[in-house]
Amino acid sequence: MSNLLITNARVIDPSQELDAKLDILIEDGLIARTDKRIKADVETIDANGLIAVPGLIDLHTHLREPGQEHKETIATGTRAAVAGGYTAVCAMANTLPPNDERAVTEMIIAESRRHGACRVYPIGAVSKGLAGEALAELADLRAAGCVGVSDDGKPVWNAQLMRRALEYCTMLGIPVIAHEEDANLSDGGVMHEGYFSTLLGMGGIPAASEETLVARDVILARVTGAHVHIAHLSTAGAVDSVRQARAAGVHVTCEVTPHHIALGDDSVQSFSTNLKMNPPLRSAAHREALLAGIADGTIDAIATDHAPHHFDEKNVEFDIAPFGVIGLETAFPICYDRLVRAGVIGLDRLIDLMSCGPGRIFNLPGGTLRQGAPGDVTLLDLDAQFKIAAPFQSKASNSAFIGQSVRGRAVTTIVGGDVRYDIRATKKKAKK
Amino acid sequence: MRTSTSALKSKDLLGIEPLLPEEIDLILDTAEGFKEVSERPVKKVPALRGQLVINLFMEASTRTRVSFEIAEKRLSADTLNFTASGSSVEKGETLIDTAENLVAMHPDMIVIRAKHPGAPKMLADRLPNVSIINAGDGSHEHPTQALLDAFTIRERLGRLAGVNVSIIGDIAHSRVVRSNIHLLTKMNANVTVAAPPTLIPSEIEKMGVRVVNSLDEAVEGADVIMMLRIQLERQGKLSFPSLREYYNTFGLTPERLKRANSEAIIMHPGPMNRGVEIASDVADDPRRSVILEQVTNGVAVRMAVLYLIGGAHNVE
Repeated sequence: MSNLLITNARVIDPSQELDAKLDILIEDGLIARTDKRIKADVETIDANGLIAVPGLIDLHTHLREPGQEHKETIATGTRAAVAGGYTAVCAMANTLPPNDERAVTEMIIAESRRHGACRVYPIGAVSKGLAGEALAELADLRAAGCVGVSDDGKPVWNAQLMRRALEYCTMLGIPVIAHEEDANLSDGGVMHEGYFSTLLGMGGIPAASEETLVARDVILARVTGAHVHIAHLSTAGAVDSVRQARAAGVHVTCEVTPHHIALGDDSVQSFSTNLKMNPPLRSAAHREALLAGIADGTIDAIATDHAPHHFDEKNVEFDIAPFGVIGLETAFPICYDRLVRAGVIGLDRLIDLMSCGPGRIFNLPGGTLRQGAPGDVTLLDLDAQFKIAAPFQSKASNSAFIGQSVRGRAVTTIVGGDVRYDIRATKKKAKK
Repeated sequence: MRTSTSALKSKDLLGIEPLLPEEIDLILDTAEGFKEVSERPVKKVPALRGQLVINLFMEASTRTRVSFEIAEKRLSADTLNFTASGSSVEKGETLIDTAENLVAMHPDMIVIRAKHPGAPKMLADRLPNVSIINAGDGSHEHPTQALLDAFTIRERLGRLAGVNVSIIGDIAHSRVVRSNIHLLTKMNANVTVAAPPTLIPSEIEKMGVRVVNSLDEAVEGADVIMMLRIQLERQGKLSFPSLREYYNTFGLTPERLKRANSEAIIMHPGPMNRGVEIASDVADDPRRSVILEQVTNGVAVRMAVLYLIGGAHNVE
């Protein structure tokens, strides 16, 4: 286990309402102390001019391994994660085979320990084979290390199955993560239904497709007392449902993606397949509702829905390209630009959305720099300017943000006291 | 790099949406000149001699494919017809690979009919050395259809500005309606679209059209009535209950046509479903129906497009 001293950083830790120039000492992989002028005879990073925050946590990552290693592997996906400042990712269950049984969970955990650059928390499937018919062995998945369950990629269409999954998970203390989409309403749609789908002649995915299922699951969470977490929420009606349910004491949490914050359906006029994802980029009114939900605290987390696809798979007409974009390496700069620099929220709230909030709502060990927490720290340089461009650390390059000039990035990512990513050459050995 | 030196600002014709009104006028004026070529004993001019035009048809088409081919031949271009069936597309070759292989043989223009919206733009973005002409991409655009419709309206009514055009039928899935809305609104015509609400796409009124759910309202005061084909496979599903009910509510019959202006013309892009969206008495009405004139004008308009894009370019 590693020891590390980070000196002279501006430490922002919303979990302790901390914002001060401090040193951070990590011992045996855990946070030992945050204090002024710590003296310790260990490897030291001078973080002068940088901001130290609890390592970012992504609640929604598709690592594609096992089964679709041509898109991404645990090794490349976690390298993308640390390059984006993430120290932990939650790996979605829609692998091949899906993570619907203990053996797959154990494989993911073992491979992450061997080749993972950051922590990987597997998400198990709700239903066997993601088929939406019978419950997977949820207790066994939990015991093997899954931190939540989800059939993400598709909805749990059967309301009775959803109800039972929620009930069962109250026993396990984990959330059911819901991909909210009425597939009948989506009906082969490829982009948000609205003016631009009409203009472009493309099949629309109406907001109601998401809003109806969020409404259902909020009701099911209320009647079961379970924790439902709404994945990649994208519509005004869904924000309203979550806000009202929360006020009524229902245990519902939710996440939004950077691309739904930053981009609108008007951008699809380029027909770029890197703008095709599900849920789709929405209209301006929906994006404004997401920003309002972020500002008033309705939204708990920003999650990337990092969904790598091979170049060949995306190099086709928009209609037939697969849904999904990568996001781990661009999430912080995009959110810093669109939320903090744009004046929607402060930097402390952004760190809460990208680290503390995710840790808190999924009961993960990180998301804080309190004594005894994992020694997971991300150093941010808010002045670094760069242009988003391929190649990425990810095996894939299906980013919606290629060509955008951004400011602010993770420069050093520390997992359990180990430097797993560092674009600067400022690392110094302590004098013996 | 293939660039346009004609009065069209793009090397490609991807849709009506990007065109300026003066570009539309130029195409229509040029088509007037070409219309006469088809009436000569020797129906040929040398405008595109030595140029290769590939007609890349990924989807079935009768009128558009034949019309383009005739237009190309009357301009003395070399033409090659490529259809998806019987090609490597059936073996799974992608559109971009197919097009890149064709471009390797140095065509000057590719006329593409695509199943998916945006496919012509995708090719145009990737293939700088060839001009792409959109012959219909999914439900997106069908620019030469809108141009030939405008040509026909202008020829019959003498103008486009101020003309009341009602487009009736499957608005949701029609590329013809989108291109026509772009063109007609740019040229200051008044456009009404009419269909059951299930066939009206979201927020189409933002394209500058009036939306009604009644055939009678659409026909009332119209100078041009453009009927769209109803895809028979949609009946009995979610768009409308039956062809019978559709005909009873939105089928154009002589009786219902009485509400239109006395000089109103009837258009249809084809193929027609007689007795579904239009009664034969109306479709074949020698005074009002211009459906076959549209087909005749299609050749002249496509000659104009091919000439303006292919005949007045340079290759750097």
